[in-house]
Amino acid sequence: MIVVKGKPLDEILSFLLPYKNVLIVGCDGCTQPPRGLREAMTYAMLVEMGAKLRGKTDLKCRATTVAKQCDNHICSTTLTPQLEGVDAILSLACGVGVQTLVEVFPEVPVYPGQNTTFIGSQEREGSMLYEKCKACGECLLGETGGICPITNCPKGILNGPCGGCVDGKCEVPFEIRDETGKVVKTVAKDCAWYLIYQRLKKLNRLDLFRKYRPPRNRAISSSPRLMEVV
Amino acid sequence: MVQAFSNLMRNILDGKFVYTGELEPHKSIDLSEVISWAKTLKETGRIVAANVTDNPKSVGSISSLVASYIIQRETGLEIIYQLRCSDRNRLALVSDLLGAAALGIRNVLALTGDHPRQGDMPTAMPVYDLDGTQLVDLIHRMVYEGKDINGNEIHGPRPQFNIGAAANPNFKPLEVEVLKIERKAEVGAEFFQTQVVFDVNVALEFLDAVKHVNAAFLIGIFPPRSYGQAEYFAKYVPGVQVPAEFLDNLKKISEISDRKERRKRIDEYNIEYFSEFIRAVKKKPSCRGIHIMAVGYPEVVGPLIESVEGS
Repeated sequence: MIVVKGKPLDEILSFLLPYKNVLIVGCDGCTQPPRGLREAMTYAMLVEMGAKLRGKTDLKCRATTVAKQCDNHICSTTLTPQLEGVDAILSLACGVGVQTLVEVFPEVPVYPGQNTTFIGSQEREGSMLYEKCKACGECLLGETGGICPITNCPKGILNGPCGGCVDGKCEVPFEIRDETGKVVKTVAKDCAWYLIYQRLKKLNRLDLFRKYRPPRNRAISSSPRLMEVV
Repeated sequence: MVQAFSNLMRNILDGKFVYTGELEPHKSIDLSEVISWAKTLKETGRIVAANVTDNPKSVGSISSLVASYIIQRETGLEIIYQLRCSDRNRLALVSDLLGAAALGIRNVLALTGDHPRQGDMPTAMPVYDLDGTQLVDLIHRMVYEGKDINGNEIHGPRPQFNIGAAANPNFKPLEVEVLKIERKAEVGAEFFQTQVVFDVNVALEFLDAVKHVNAAFLIGIFPPRSYGQAEYFAKYVPGVQVPAEFLDNLKKISEISDRKERRKRIDEYNIEYFSEFIRAVKKKPSCRGIHIMAVGYPEVVGPLIESVEGS
């Protein structure tokens, strides 16, 4: 799932206050927390109320959603009939969704309602979303016991653990931040390479742990990337 | 086959037991204090080389290369230039290494480096294009093949460095640390300077565990200037075990009200404790020296070594 975090209402209003008819577009794809029709309706209400409180009474919002906001064909067929009279779009999808709408509807201003944070997984018990993949383009999981050091090690090193691992914990804890980027909570983090060591030892494959891994080819994950659909 | 480019490695290859020191320049362009510490180390006649730290604890400080060069030039003390991967990609590392070789630096300590989040500019981008082991590999290729890590040729004479790396005897389980050390030695680490050890048994166990590794091990010690410094290690430096007896004895000394007497007793106790420590580790063939990290406390270094080696 692609983990997103709502932008502060103030920031969203700073985009939308100049407009009168805003279409709020959710996405039923991979965003987490969900950003579908229900959330689009909530945002519509919030934006209208926020605008009113700021003395702007003629801003009207309509809510809708698309199956996958990253697919230009789906966006075009679903949204084109709904665009009449719309002078701005607020996208609730990830950054890919926002950019897809920009490309499909170049004549309409499109604004992001979310900060796109990472590709992650959800742990239901602790209600936590963990970053799991950095889309590095050269997956190492087959060699590292299924634990990704590129994502789970803050240094992303290939020959860990580093000197910052003590009692299996990383010198850099998880930092939970509010919408302004301020750290509101830190959570101790397991050292990725320590976990890799434990897992490979269990699998009787410490040879894979001991192995020297040469520097990565950073060109593979350099942005922007382009790939042909096969 | 290891070649000696530095006095440090020449001494190690000659079978001498070596002592190295540590110098920590700060966020300042004024190096006078560090230079005076370096002079004190040099004057002991016992310190073969001293490390110059590179943005220690990720606090943005004066360039370790510039400080290394100036200190070596001003004092004649051989420098072990510390180089971290936290702040430089491979191009910058190659540039700095070529510069260091041209400036007459002969030892490099290759470090992954603390994460910038630990330091005074936590909003910085962590680089880590290479890690410490890969940096060892890079330096080894520059020195022994005349090439960078992508195989590009270095024109003219090859850089001449002896290559150091860090090790941590406190790591649990020790097996992980040993595997890491084997990896670093495989790609070219010639000497290892260890993290601070207070407990001699930790050092002895470590030296036994690495005796099969073809590299010189220098055990790191930190004679504390005060009880507070020792307490700091015990409380806030994770993974470093400070024996309770050592702490208790320093605490008692710290309660002496006469400042001069207190200083004298702290010096004496450090010398007593660490000379015994050094004598014990020196018996292990894998121990080729001691790295004394008496940052800001250089006056203890000479008397400590003398008490082990005789005057």
